Amino acid sequence: MAHATPLLPAGQLVRLKEQGRAPLHFVLNGQPAQALQGDTVLTAVLTQSAQLRSHEFAHTPRAGFCMMGACQDCWVTLGGEQAGRKLRACSTLLQAGMQICTTTEAVAQATATNASQVQP
Amino acid sequence: MIGSDFYLDDPRPADGPPVIVGAGPAGIRAAQTLLAHGLRPVVIDEAPQAGGQIYRRQPDGFGRTPKDLYGFEAGRASDLHQTFDRLRPQLDYRPDTLVWNAQGHSLDLLHTAQRTANTLRWRDLIVATGATDRVLPLPGWTLPGVYTLGGAQVALKYQGCAIGDAVVFAGTGPLLYLVAYQYAKAGGRVLAVLDTAPAVQRYKAAPAMLAQPAVAAKGVYFLSWLMFHDVPVHHGVQLLRAEGADRVQAIVWKDAQGAEQHTACSAIGLGYALRPETQLADLLGCEFAFAPLHRCYVPQIDADRRSSVPGVYLAGDGAGIMGADAAEMSGELAALALLEDRGIATDAARQAKLRQQLDKTQQFRQALEVAFPFPDDWAARAPDALVVCRCENITAAELRATAATQPQGDINRIKALCRVGMGRCQGRMCGVAATEILADTLKVPVAQIGRIRGQAPIKPLPLDMTVVSTDQEASHG
Repeated sequence: MAHATPLLPAGQLVRLKEQGRAPLHFVLNGQPAQALQGDTVLTAVLTQSAQLRSHEFAHTPRAGFCMMGACQDCWVTLGGEQAGRKLRACSTLLQAGMQICTTTEAVAQATATNASQVQP
Repeated sequence: MIGSDFYLDDPRPADGPPVIVGAGPAGIRAAQTLLAHGLRPVVIDEAPQAGGQIYRRQPDGFGRTPKDLYGFEAGRASDLHQTFDRLRPQLDYRPDTLVWNAQGHSLDLLHTAQRTANTLRWRDLIVATGATDRVLPLPGWTLPGVYTLGGAQVALKYQGCAIGDAVVFAGTGPLLYLVAYQYAKAGGRVLAVLDTAPAVQRYKAAPAMLAQPAVAAKGVYFLSWLMFHDVPVHHGVQLLRAEGADRVQAIVWKDAQGAEQHTACSAIGLGYALRPETQLADLLGCEFAFAPLHRCYVPQIDADRRSSVPGVYLAGDGAGIMGADAAEMSGELAALALLEDRGIATDAARQAKLRQQLDKTQQFRQALEVAFPFPDDWAARAPDALVVCRCENITAAELRATAATQPQGDINRIKALCRVGMGRCQGRMCGVAATEILADTLKVPVAQIGRIRGQAPIKPLPLDMTVVSTDQEASHG
């Protein structure tokens, strides 16, 4: 993240176990990124950054809370062909090639790109 | 016809298989009991694999053993998983399926991966929807890096991850020590355990804890292990705030002597025991009553887990927090009541034994409440600027101002006025805190505030879901 505090690691989550799994490639805010097979979208994103979305009223970063599909804090926005679609990061397994947007700028860019593709 | 008034006049079907919602310890034992008596239930599970939250299984391709994942509970977890896997071919099991509405004798289902919707009519229904963390917010709790205790445990169990590289666990309840122990044991850095319960409470609770000496011994073991491994454990603390620019960098708290402490950290696991998931019971029309032990409204049940609605049975923590072992028993008991009501012969001695064991758990549960009391001064201390509702960004000040105009204190009226609990989580995360603040502001008992009514859809739905069937899917079995 652009605003990440230097003393902290880039990722919010830290892998302790199960690190021998096969890699899985995806796109995070337009940049190539790598996670592991069996990661949730939440794990894939938060092991390399500290934000899943920006709160719609407070405009402050959010990175999930309950991890069990109850709090609805971890919704991320997809880019690419599914631009604009939202999914709950803690209860969705990452798939190869998924395009995930976690910042306001990336969401705006992905939805604008997608709209221009749809227009003749 | 989904969600239409059609189902308001929806008579109880004369036949069809029993339906179980939830596949945690309660749902699995209920399914096993029904199968053993010749019925083939439909089991609806929001998760991709049975086990529930407590015995949640890791995804395919992960290699940790049950002992790694569940510790002392490995035997119980494995037995439940193996039981379910053995029975699965005989069940109508529907994983990845959310029940998002209940009207009359119909459940509206969404297959979350395929985004397909259908309606399932039920003749009898066992609701085993479990629990989530009971949360009392502290300023800064919306920062990335603050997670529930249960969430911290899920991250480790399900994904092999810690919620941060330097973690503080805070709040109260047995889970505080269990999760801290699991993190430290897995190689995570645990900087402190901050328990709001004063140390003396544990001694007060000790005699009654001996109702279940094995469970009490585990608690002592976790605490001793943490202390032996130099994890600082502080009792009788007051949590003041989480600090950080755009993610957690510290927790500020007061120790038992009243001195302010500042602990630099990158993550906080927060929780005050658990709260029941009751939305579905609510939509089904079950009667609720205030339960002082749980400090909230819970659906009413008889000794055999019948709700006030004919054909609806409530198993596990969804009818009041009693823990995973009790959930297995209440799942079996609910299934036996269902069988009895269908006129199928059951083992009365077995039912009596289960009732007796659940009574014993109830005594132990009361002792836990003594050991880890709810911090009933929390609301009075909550600062005005505290964001109580993290979905809608509603502060304690807004709640207090709204309460001042609503002397009756009905939380649903207050929700309509200031949007507390109106966000996507439907008050699951803020409901307890909002209730406490309203009761404190109006100087009325918590019971008078009422409870946030369940609303369909009980979780967000995709607008482009495809309706695949509105008929009686359950009859496919």
